[in-house]
Amino acid sequence: MTGPSRTSEVLEITTTAGVVQARQQVRVLAQQCRLSLVDQTKLITAASELARNTLVHGGGGTMTALLVEERARRGVRLSFADHGPGIADVDLALTDGWTSGTGMGLGLSGSKRLVDDFVLDTTPGEGTTVTITKWGR
Amino acid sequence: MADKHVSERLIALLSGRGEDLGAEWAEKVTGSLGGRVARAEVERELREIYAALVAALSDGSVDGYDEAFGEVRALLTELSRNRALQGFTPTETAVSVFALKQVLEPSLVGEDSDADAYLRFAALLDTLGLFTIEVYSRTREELIAAQAEQLLELSTPVVKLWEGVIGVPLVGTLDSARTMVVMEKMLQALIDTGSEQAIIDITGVPTVDTEVAQHLLKTVVAARLMGAECTISGIRPQIAQTIVALGIDFGDIVTKSTLADALRHALRRSGTTVSRTAPQAGAR
Repeated sequence: MTGPSRTSEVLEITTTAGVVQARQQVRVLAQQCRLSLVDQTKLITAASELARNTLVHGGGGTMTALLVEERARRGVRLSFADHGPGIADVDLALTDGWTSGTGMGLGLSGSKRLVDDFVLDTTPGEGTTVTITKWGR
Repeated sequence: MADKHVSERLIALLSGRGEDLGAEWAEKVTGSLGGRVARAEVERELREIYAALVAALSDGSVDGYDEAFGEVRALLTELSRNRALQGFTPTETAVSVFALKQVLEPSLVGEDSDADAYLRFAALLDTLGLFTIEVYSRTREELIAAQAEQLLELSTPVVKLWEGVIGVPLVGTLDSARTMVVMEKMLQALIDTGSEQAIIDITGVPTVDTEVAQHLLKTVVAARLMGAECTISGIRPQIAQTIVALGIDFGDIVTKSTLADALRHALRRSGTTVSRTAPQAGAR
């Protein structure tokens, strides 16, 4: 049973200030969800990576954040959506060290390792949506 | 001349029922601001704008960007800036202008001959309203830019920890602009103090993601090119775990959990030994 969302907030990410705001919003949610300090930090870092991807590679987009409840456990689910060029080769994009920009090439693959659930949905030419979830212990 | 006729009609109207219209206008605006600005204050602002508006109209112009409206625009600029600095929304700011349209509507649409005057006046107020919003957003942008500048300056001190050892305590977000400032200040301090050891403390950086890590690495490399050694301190447990999960490799850069550890390490490398002696009683 997937419980209904309790709060859902949509944040526009169109400038670097949007990335900072995304981190702050996720921190508040992670604290509400009573995630441990390590899990909070991991989730915020993943959110920071994905928000920056949305901005740099997707040309701006949105972050939808909500608290979810499922099988008596609580978590934070974040969805990053953009209408950018999409990802042509998902396996390549998820390879450590590969980057299409000037970064370290660890953002996408690294954030996958930082969270519990990671769903990448992309269509070349239409955009990319990455949905991640971190569950409380 | 059409303009002349229109402005004459408007002056007749505005000055004829001046008191009533002004009061009604102030009422509408005060209401829309939810009592956050005193009624007397609103009335004073609007009365000035009202007088300037009538004066501009008697010059025979109905174009908001005309020279005749210079005074009106100056007053609107002041009003708009004040609202922006007090944290009102663009709507709450522009409504001060648009409310006058609503107030005048009943008196102008009644007779046929006034339709033209009303349309011209509506266009004039639209122009002035847009002008108000423009000033508003410009003020907000200035405000944000000034704050960003201030933060940049405030948050990047370089301190001398010991002879030959400087410290750079970082607090907050480390983006490209701040990295530039930090790097510049640190490299300059290395020269000025003749130091060969630098400690970058990231205890106050809440999130270390790949961008922050990349900036840190660049800063360390820059220091090395100048012959200095860099230590990164303030790696808390949660940050260490996150860095490992992300897969960031700090290579041969020395990292420490506390500033004290980093200082001890830097001193040892620079050949300074610190030894413990018996505490001195009553040193004062």
